[in-house]
Amino acid sequence: MAWVSAIIQGILIGGLYALFACGLSLMFGVMKVINLAHGDLAVVGGYIAVGVIAVTHLPVLLSFLIVVPLMAILGYVLQRTILQAALNRSILTTLLVTFGLSVVIENGLLQFINAGSHSLGVGNSIITGSFKISSQLQIAYLLLLIFGVAVVVLLGLQYFLSRSKYGRMIRAVADDREAAQLSGIDYRHVFGIAAAIAFGTVALGGIAYGMYSQFSPTTGTNTIVLYAFAAVVIGGLGSLWGTLLGGIVLGVAQQIGAQISASDQLLAGYIVFLAVLVVRPQGLVARGART
Amino acid sequence: MPRGAPPASELNYKVTRSRRNVAWTGGGALVVVAIFAVFPYQFNSGTLNLMVQGFIVLTLASMWNLLAGYAGLVSVGQQAFVGLGAYAVLFLNIHSLSMFTALPLAAIFCGVAAVPLWWLVSRLRSGYFAIATWVLATTVMLVIEKFPSLGSGTGMSLPNTPNLGSAVLEADTYWIGLAVTVLALATVYLLLRGRLGLVLTAIRDDEVAARSSGVRVGSARMLVFVIAGIGCGAAGALLAVSQLIVQPSAVFNVQWTAEMAFAVVIGGIGTIEGPILGTAVYLVLQQTLSSYNAWYLIILGLVAIAVVLVARRGLWGLADDYLHVRLFPVGYWLWTPEALESRRGRVRLLSRAQ
Amino acid sequence: MTANGTALLEVGDLTVHHGQLRALDRVSFRVLSGEVYALIGANGAGKSTLLRTIAGLHHPTEGTIRFDGKDVTRLRPERRAASGIVMVPEGRRLFPSLTLEENLQIGASYARKGEWTIERVYAMFPWMRDRRGQRTEQMSGGEQQSVAIGRALVANPRILLLDELSLGLAPVVVQRIYAMLPQILATGLTVVLVEQDVSQALQVASHIHCLLEGRTTLQGTPADVTAEQVEAAYFGLSKAQEALWPGSAPSSKAS
Repeated sequence: MAWVSAIIQGILIGGLYALFACGLSLMFGVMKVINLAHGDLAVVGGYIAVGVIAVTHLPVLLSFLIVVPLMAILGYVLQRTILQAALNRSILTTLLVTFGLSVVIENGLLQFINAGSHSLGVGNSIITGSFKISSQLQIAYLLLLIFGVAVVVLLGLQYFLSRSKYGRMIRAVADDREAAQLSGIDYRHVFGIAAAIAFGTVALGGIAYGMYSQFSPTTGTNTIVLYAFAAVVIGGLGSLWGTLLGGIVLGVAQQIGAQISASDQLLAGYIVFLAVLVVRPQGLVARGART
Repeated sequence: MPRGAPPASELNYKVTRSRRNVAWTGGGALVVVAIFAVFPYQFNSGTLNLMVQGFIVLTLASMWNLLAGYAGLVSVGQQAFVGLGAYAVLFLNIHSLSMFTALPLAAIFCGVAAVPLWWLVSRLRSGYFAIATWVLATTVMLVIEKFPSLGSGTGMSLPNTPNLGSAVLEADTYWIGLAVTVLALATVYLLLRGRLGLVLTAIRDDEVAARSSGVRVGSARMLVFVIAGIGCGAAGALLAVSQLIVQPSAVFNVQWTAEMAFAVVIGGIGTIEGPILGTAVYLVLQQTLSSYNAWYLIILGLVAIAVVLVARRGLWGLADDYLHVRLFPVGYWLWTPEALESRRGRVRLLSRAQ
Repeated sequence: MTANGTALLEVGDLTVHHGQLRALDRVSFRVLSGEVYALIGANGAGKSTLLRTIAGLHHPTEGTIRFDGKDVTRLRPERRAASGIVMVPEGRRLFPSLTLEENLQIGASYARKGEWTIERVYAMFPWMRDRRGQRTEQMSGGEQQSVAIGRALVANPRILLLDELSLGLAPVVVQRIYAMLPQILATGLTVVLVEQDVSQALQVASHIHCLLEGRTTLQGTPADVTAEQVEAAYFGLSKAQEALWPGSAPSSKAS
């Protein structure tokens, strides 16, 4: 029974990982940027939520209304300025710049906010409870909510990309930047939109993480970014739903590891990640080699 | 070629090695090393400590430069070898080996460990390679943390430290550190000046062409990865020796990659002089901001970003542009007929990785 | 509308470098409204580079490009497309993950007002309507070329740049595609095309312009030039060129 509960938990936490991962996948798919600072952005989102709640006294569940648009704007600006400049030079440059950003953000947070952990908590809402299937099997409402939000976000992204004008432009630019230019599209603006979406979704993930667990300035680089990359790689680059699958595989692997020994939770996940990288780097969903 | 000129085969073109500076550099290097060697007699413990830190970062930086600047392998996981080197020293020390003897053995161990690790990541390119190295380093740390005999998650001090006075111990540590750094720089220099340097440049310019010319691309990259593993392992071993304690969160910290990468980038990626300059900058920052904790990393990071975007070739690149100086010449000169005539205006070839 | 006699497109002393290599050397020409201006030349002569520079994908080292009287030399490619200079790139360059209709919709993203709509394109190519939900990768070369042209048309360009339409297509297909040209011109477009097939170019062009190693070797109307002149200009046979057209051969110019 403990195993069933663990696996269900692993599946649901996969939703959180998918929230982390979808923005990363988008940024790489559209502009070939591997954002090493991605994890830190989730933490930034979490801290902004802390601040917003402290100032506006908004309930936790509504904090995203302010945090997500704020982060989206930040993403657009960062992309149009620093990341675009790095892209104009080389891939090595973008790796270095995003790595640099990660270090600056993490240490900036350490410097200005104390190094301890923060949790957003869940406030006085109904989601503090659990869904009781049996006396031994309980599923936290919060986890279900996070999973649900992840699915809604992915559905929304899919709809946006396949139906809307901007979604079409994003796909076109991702396919062939020059040909898109010849059709009048300013790819820098499109890149900015993609970055805005990435920053917004990862901030949402950060808030969810803050409600489910705790974060500190170093959580971004210690765990979140690796979870995001794991979900993207396992699921397969270029596939939105692949990030959900990847997240689920990661979550389940972690829970199985935790069943074996409490300290093996992270290790189990990373071993699966490495295994996929070695055996099938294109991921479980995507077709064809994509390194 | 102007029309009406004779065919190229009739003209004189000459290619020479950058030989003129080498004697000067060799002699100069010996003098510099000799000067550094007498530091323990002149300076106090705090300065010596700083120098050892500098040795660690310089060794790491020259290795990262070799990886990223010359072989195109951007690794964000070299801390795996730093940790492995430190833990190897701990392990050997637990088994009653002197920590000074343990250091070179630890470095060799890291070189050996690099081979299976390379196999795991060798087929990946750029971004994927970077992430894989990061995950690898985290995984190695988690595996090592499972061993209670090595201190589990909290780490362990070296049990068998030598029975020397603290001044002597510091001096010995310093000299070993100096030896490691000199060896690392010399190795990188000689390798790049030799066949490996040519091979790496060929691969960088056009991998397919290099491959079809018979260049063993995979072997060259693996060699670089293993050497970097040895170098970073030696740095990690030096870390253990200087701190006398090994903690996983410290030795496996991604901060090491940040420091070595930033030192290289600021100093000038793809040159041998670059890491030296970058390490100097890093040390200066560390000293002036040391009481402000995380600040030096923030500034280091911001400066690195600025350098990468604005002055791509780093500080040494700027110096090179204006002064045309090469301390460690690895390039060639092309003398066109006009240059041979006037003994001026030779064209520099293959002198840079980027 | 441009008054007769005023050039819609004016290229002046255009010089373009690819790194050290000089791809175009002081090329100049004028295209009047309603014309079909053909750029011919062997592989590597610089024709595509010239077209791409007009479209904005390359920056010239020297020279100017004027469109409808305005200097567009420094204008970004997407702005040029929006102002009416639209290129059908070499090799079609359709978007593989988009359907046929989506490809056309992209073309219409920043379209100017005009006659050409997606419906109008379907009218010209009825087969497209049935297959508008399909991806273009599996379509034949001729079909892809038609889609690429349609994508450019829906932007309602004033000047259409066609880069090597015939590349990789069977002669019959090429004929069919060029047969569409009158329809396109009838809506008030001007066409500048790059073509390796000289006879095809001579059939449709109102002016031809031959390039060799980045330099202009021949300019004129099909009626003015003889086959020998074209051959000489295309292949750069200096003696032949010197005999027919004194002073034009490369060796007689300072290099």
